[in-house]
Formats: sequence, C-alpha cells, structure tokens
Amino acid sequence: MHVISALLVALVVVGAYLPAVAQEPYRLGAIFSITGPGSSLGIPERDTALMIEADVNARGGIKGPDGRLHPLKLVIYDDASDETKAVLAAKKLIDEDKVTAIVGTTLSGTSLAILDTVQRAEVPLISCAAAAKIVEPAAERRWVFKTPQSDHLIVGVLVDYLKAKGLTKVGWLNVDYAFGQLGWIEFEKATAAAGLSVVANEKFGQKDVDMTAQLTRVKAASPQAVVVWSIPPSASIATKNYADLGLRMPMFQSHGVGNKKYIELASGAAEGVRFPAGKLLVAEQLADNDAQKPVLLAYARDFETRYGPRNTFGGHAWDAVQLAVRALGKAGSDRGGVRAAIEGTRNFVGISGVFDFSPSDHNGLDRRAATMIQIVDGQWKLAR
Amino acid sequence: MTAEQIAQYLISGAVVGGIYALIALGFVIAFGITRIVNFAQGEFVMLGALAMATLSARGVRAPVAFACSVVSVAAFGALLYRGALQPLTRAPALAVLILTIGASITIRGVALILWGTDPLAVPAFAAGPPVLVAGAVMVRQGFWVLGVAAASFVALWWFFTRTYSGAAVQACAVNPLAARLMGIRVDRVGVLAWLLAAGLGAAAGAVISPITYATYDMGLMLGLKGFVAAVLGGLVSPPAAIAGGFLLGVVESLAAGLVSSAYKDAVAFVVLVLVCLAQVLGALPWRVVEEG
Amino acid sequence: MGAPERRVVLSAVAVLVAGAPLAVESRYLLAMLVFIALNGLPAVGLSLVMGFAGQVSLGQAAFFAVGAYVSGVLTATHGWNGWLALLLGVAAAAALAVVVGLPIFRLSGLLLAMATLAFGIIVYYVLVNWSAVTGGPSGLAGVPPLTLGRFRFDTDARMFWLAWGSLLGVLALTGNLVDSRIGRALRAVHGNEAAAAAVGIDTARLKLGVFVLAAAITALAGGLYAHYLTFINPSPFGFGYSVELLVMVVLGGAASLWGAVLGAATVVLLVEALRAVLPLLTAAHGAAEYEIALFGLLLMAFMLFRPSGLAGLAPRAS
Repeated sequence: MHVISALLVALVVVGAYLPAVAQEPYRLGAIFSITGPGSSLGIPERDTALMIEADVNARGGIKGPDGRLHPLKLVIYDDASDETKAVLAAKKLIDEDKVTAIVGTTLSGTSLAILDTVQRAEVPLISCAAAAKIVEPAAERRWVFKTPQSDHLIVGVLVDYLKAKGLTKVGWLNVDYAFGQLGWIEFEKATAAAGLSVVANEKFGQKDVDMTAQLTRVKAASPQAVVVWSIPPSASIATKNYADLGLRMPMFQSHGVGNKKYIELASGAAEGVRFPAGKLLVAEQLADNDAQKPVLLAYARDFETRYGPRNTFGGHAWDAVQLAVRALGKAGSDRGGVRAAIEGTRNFVGISGVFDFSPSDHNGLDRRAATMIQIVDGQWKLAR
Repeated sequence: MTAEQIAQYLISGAVVGGIYALIALGFVIAFGITRIVNFAQGEFVMLGALAMATLSARGVRAPVAFACSVVSVAAFGALLYRGALQPLTRAPALAVLILTIGASITIRGVALILWGTDPLAVPAFAAGPPVLVAGAVMVRQGFWVLGVAAASFVALWWFFTRTYSGAAVQACAVNPLAARLMGIRVDRVGVLAWLLAAGLGAAAGAVISPITYATYDMGLMLGLKGFVAAVLGGLVSPPAAIAGGFLLGVVESLAAGLVSSAYKDAVAFVVLVLVCLAQVLGALPWRVVEEG
Repeated sequence: MGAPERRVVLSAVAVLVAGAPLAVESRYLLAMLVFIALNGLPAVGLSLVMGFAGQVSLGQAAFFAVGAYVSGVLTATHGWNGWLALLLGVAAAAALAVVVGLPIFRLSGLLLAMATLAFGIIVYYVLVNWSAVTGGPSGLAGVPPLTLGRFRFDTDARMFWLAWGSLLGVLALTGNLVDSRIGRALRAVHGNEAAAAAVGIDTARLKLGVFVLAAAITALAGGLYAHYLTFINPSPFGFGYSVELLVMVVLGGAASLWGAVLGAATVVLLVEALRAVLPLLTAAHGAAEYEIALFGLLLMAFMLFRPSGLAGLAPRAS
C-alpha cells in the first residue's frame, strides 16, 4: 500500500508538471463550486465562463497589447464549496497552471479563504461571491475585486421599497449560512436607519425540511410583511409553508431566488413574491435607453439557447470573465498590468450593473445595480 | 403562546417525526440482524425521493410510482449488502463501517451525476388545500406520510410476529448460531433485512418528497437524525425506534417554536446527549443499545 | 516498530522535511504537504483513541475547531501573541475533553461513539450561532500568521516546516508513550477491559487521558490551520470532517500512528490526484461531478480488498 501512496504522489507531481507552459494562449484560472452546497450557483457560473471562452476563441482569441491574437485558455477547478480545496485549487492555478488571473470563487467563505494566497502571490482575483469583506478594507485588498452587488446595496434597495410602501413592521427569517447571516447584518442596520421595526427574527438550516415552526412564531408577532433570506430549496420550502399556513401579508425574498427553479418548486406559492435583484431577470421590460439592456438581452439569449433559464449568478461570472478578458487585452499576461487594468475600468456595462472601479472601490457598483422584481403569473415583472 | 401555535408545532413535528421513524426503523432492522451500522441508510431515502420525482415527471401515477420506487431501491439495498457487505462478515466492524461510508459517498456521487444538483419537485399524492386539525394547518401530504408510516409499522409487525419468515428473522437477530442449527438460512435473512431497511428508507423519501423536494444530498441530515432516533430506541427495538422518531420530530418542532429557531438542528443531538447522560447516571428505565 | 527503528524513521523523515522546501518550489505541492500534516495530527490523535483505548470518537472535528477558533479569535480580535493563543487553544480543547469525557467514558461501544458524534455537532452549531465571538457562518478573516521575532511563518515553505515539525514532535512523543508502561496498559485495556481492570489498571482514567491527549493534538493542528489560512469559518469543522478523520485512520490501520499519517496523506492525495487525472480521462468540463463518485468507489474498493488498512489493525507488538 506504500507503493500506492508513492504512485499517487508521483501521479500528482507528474500531472502537475506535464503541460508545457505555452506563451501563446492567455491563461485564465477559475474556481467555482460545481459540487457541494454552492453548486446551484457554481454550475451556471461555470457554464457562462465556458460560453465566453468558446465565443472569444471563435473570434480568434484576445487581441493583446502586442497586436496579435492570443487564444483564451480557461482552467476551471471545482472547490466543492470547501475552503481547503479552494486554497489548493488557487495554489495549483498560480504555481502549476501559471494563470495570469483568477475568476471565482462562488461562495464568500471560499473567496475569503484564498485571499491570502492570491495577495501573496500577487495574482489578480475577480470574485463571484457577495460578501463585502472580500474587497474591504480596500487598502488591504489590492489584488482582489468582485462583481456581485454587495449585500448592503441589495438590502438597501429592499428597505427603500418597504419604506415607500409603508411596510414598517417586518418579520425576518434567514438561512444559517453566511449568505443569510450577512443579509441579516445589513438588514438590521438598514431598517434601524430607515425607522422600520423588525418584530420577529428567526433562523432555519439550509437542509431543513419544514419551517412551519419558525413561520408560526413570526405570524404571532403580526408583521405587515415578512422577509425570507435564503436560496432554494430551503427558500422554496419556506415559501410553500408560508402559503400553507395561510399567511396573508406580503412576502419578500432575497436575490438568492433569482432563478426559474424557485418559481417551479414553490408551485404557485411564489405568486406575488417580491425580491431585489440585478436587472437580468427583467431585461425585456427595461426602458430602451437603459445602458444595460442590450448587454443583458444578448447574454440572456446566448445562455438560454445553450444552457437553460437565465440566472443572476451566471451573470456575476459573465462580468468577472469579461473584465478579465478586457484586462488581458490591455496588459497581456502580466499579472500586475492586468490588476491595474481591472482597477482602471470605468463605465463597464455588465450584467450585475455598470462598473466603475477605483483604487478605493473594488466592487464598482451603486444602487442602480439592483431593482425590485415581482413574480406575476410565474413570470418576473418589475415591481411597482 | 396560544393553543393553536402549540398545536401547529405538534402537528408539523409529528409529520417530520413519521419520516424519522421510518428511517430509524430501517437502521434498527439492518443493525439488529446484520450488526452493521449502515451509514448509507440516508441515501436510500434520497434514492426513493429521486426515483419518485423521475417517475412522476414521466407521468406515472402516484401509487405506481411509489411502489416502483420502493421496490427498486429495496432491491438495490439487498444487492449492496449481498455484493459488498456480506463478503466482509469476517472483517473488523470498523472496516465495514467505513465501507458503508464509502457506499454512501458513491451513491451520492452517482446521484449527482444522474440527477444534477437542482432540487426536483414532486406532485403531492392527492391534490388539495391544506387541512385544519385542531386549529393547526396540515398539508394533505402529511396524512400520506403518517399513513405510510403507520402501514409500514403494521405490516412489519405482522410480518415479524405472524409469519414463519418473520420469526426466522427474529431468531437470527437473537442468536444466529442457534438459528442456523434450526435450519434457517442466516445469510438469506441478512439480505432480507437489508431489503426491508432500504425499502423503508425509500418509502420515507418517496412520501416526503412532495414536501421537501428531491435533492441528491438530502440523505445526509435525514439519515443522521433518523440514526439518532434509532439510538434513542436502543438500536435493536423497532417500537422504540418508532417512538424515538416521533419524539424527535415533535421535540425539534417545539424547541424551534418555543425556545429558539437558531439551534433547531442541534436539538436532536442535545436530546441524544441527555439520553446518554441519563444512561450514565442510571436514570433511564430502559437500557439504550444492547452491546453487540 | 520498536524504539530504535522508530528513531531512525523519525530522523530520516526529519531530514526530508528540512530539505523538502529547498527542492520543491511549487507552492501548490508544499500546500498539499502542509494539509497532509495538518490532517495527520488529528488522525494520530484519533488513532490513539481508537487503536489504544479502543474507542471510536466521531467528534474530533470539534477539537480541531476549538483550537482554530480560540487561537484565531484571540489573535485576530484581541491582538494576543500567536504562540500564547495557540497554547490556550490546546489547553481549552484539553479542558473540554475532560469535561465531556468524564461522563461519556462511562458509556462504551456504540453509545460512546454516538455521544462524541452529538458533542461534535453541537460544537459546530455553537460556532455557527455565537456570531458575536466567532463571526458566525461568514467566519473570521484577518487571523495573523505566527511570528518569531521578525521571522513570520507566512509562506507555504515556513508553514510546511512548522506543521511537519509539530507532527514529527507529536509522533516522537506518542511513540514513546506507546512503548511505555502507560502504553502497555492501554493495549491491555483495548485487548480485554475486564482483565485489565482485574490487574488493577484504572481503565476509565486511562481512556480519558488518551482522549484528552488526542484533543490537545487535534487542537494544535486546528490552531496552525487558522494561522495558515488566516481565515476561519465553521464549514470545514462539521460532522463530515470527523468522518473524514475516521476514514483516514481506518485506511491507515487503526492501531498504527504512522498508519494514521499515511491515511491522511492518502485521502488528501487521492482528492488532488482525481482532480489532476479526471480532466485527462473525460476530456470534458463535467469532470468535477465525477470526483465524488470515484472517491467513494475507491474507498469501497480499498475496504473490500484491504480491510485492515495500510498498516494492519492488530494492536502493535513492541
């Protein structure tokens, strides 16, 4: 059995050094959660990245600063939603695959886990995860950028809407993952600042099969509206429980339910639910002079022909990969140059919003990046 | 705190408890007869749910889909035992445990490949709005859950106490050597035990899938909690396992409702710790887990 | 292996460890080796509990987490000295092991295993919910690396030395323990508890002692992990990790300390080897979904053909 261990070591070492480092292609690394709890986000991200790679190479590649076309080589690893695997994947991409930049990860925990690695190795990272901590404090995140809208931005849009509709007594439930917890932290702050009161605050697990106990407690506090912050399937179960219990007050969800699956699974109970999200889901209903509209429509069409229903998480990957591609075009395979190019990106019309990066802002989005959406007849509509 | 709220917690808890009871029973049957703690029991639940989802999506009617799911997963469980576990009767118990862990990982991995990561919806067995019971809301599928659970318990009781095969199975559980001397095919009985255990798991998964959806990784938590319920009942006593399952479901729901929802998932394990402590202090009227 | 052979092996490995970062440039390979050591430590701890005290613990992840969080929180949030914090993490885990072990070691067999399982999961939920201290599910960033004067343990090579140094130190210590009077007593307990008690060995105290030692070793690894990654969150410390440790120990052979390290290495290498090999075989980007199934199949195959693990399951004769 010692032989087997030795063989395994040999396999890994050999496999690591096997591909000759070719100077021609521009190498972009990607780490997504293709398996594990983050997979429903990671798979559309991976698919989007592959889509862009195929499109770019179909056009001959990226035109570098040397004026020549370089094919784009994407190296994708699965971190299985696990921090250790993410760190190993990042180091492998940097040392073995010699990528110029890395796109990903899908989840906040794994992104935070690889920060040290990418900063030390001075490799630009464009994260597809939501936690603000990933790019703040800006002074300590020179090499790290992110594309999803931050929680305080999304929550801000929601709270503004609640206030405008006069819904001042609110009940809240969140999933006990980072996503849910971060949502709560922002919601608590935003409601306090806006003068809304949170009359109930409950939690549930991502793998829970029944939330009626929590919802019963919330119901007892008589809120005017209830906010649920999680992703499917628990978000869908909570939605069904809500309808079954006969709760009449309006329900709001998070941007985690921005995919068709949520509506399907809730089978009718999702009718009337409102949630803040990027504009991708309602691209067709935007005003024609909205700068994002043509970009959104093009991506939605491409993704839907090749893979399936659109979702906002794929959009985050679209933004990240496109930013990387543009930066590679400006700076070639120079990691420092690519970093500077990303940081210098202004007015980039993406899926998650219009990006304006700067040395003090590595997320580059503002409130216009999200809007309130309502589910009507099983379709997404701009909420009034 | 109103009576209606308490009723709600009890009702929801009882439905989930029915699921735990079914899973716990599967553990007890497998362990009681083959002395194997089956780490993959939760995956039988998952397979039952996914099979149900796939068949329903093809238009197969609920009763037929249910029966097919249960039978096919039961057969798979029997095959798993026959093929991978029975040959290892001489191996150390730990190796067998790791083998079942490997089996559970493999089954989960294959389910991921076949069905993907998205949860699958399953139509309820009978359409219709939820029903009010003592002021609490119960979805119709909840009746099916309790019904399937009850029917399974009755069927098993009848099998064990009223049929020759059932008596043979019990004999093997009590004393395999004596059973063999009596002419009972002990190795066949092991396969039967796993057939039943897998079937029970699949039934649990199939009947709960309209409420919880079918996902490739739903087996982990459910299996773990079902295992806790089985241990509460001593791991060798079917009625205790059933009682343990219902108790666990109700306590979980009450704790989430009356105390705090944050620690809901920890409740099962706190209960387990309390039971262990009670055993240490000699405060339990019965002995949990016969040493095997 | 006997004491003199053990010294030879330890010295040989020590030389390898000292020289490796000079020969290996890849941070990826070094990182893998660091994780092997950081998993090897808790595996050795569990191996002690299982092989010599004959008990299964399904809650070791909790001690790993305690080591990581105590050290992480004290340094990141309160600015403590890294080594002091690490030490306190180890002490905290040992104390916790005493508190938990005293009652549960009166149980035995399956119920003991279940109690450790429940303990591990409860600790996990405390980490998730006690956000004020632990940072909750989104974790704690900014854990500083360990420093010795101006020398910072902030590269893969330096952590490699620290992690493997600790592992070798622990192996030397526990190896001596195994050969000592206490070790023989432990093996007596494992072999036949009633007989051991009859000869006057305080079995309960021995088992508790091993459990506490294992907890301390595991917490040391946890602390090093926190200072290596500079970020900790609860998700690596759940029940799944306790199961992974069990797999490592059984793969390596439950009664052998070096076997535990081999088991840890096998698991880490297997995952990475699958990652390296699969894309070549399937030539498709859908490879990741196959990793889980393949890992499970390999594990099953291993147990079917070599159930006694890499180093044999019989208690070691000295």
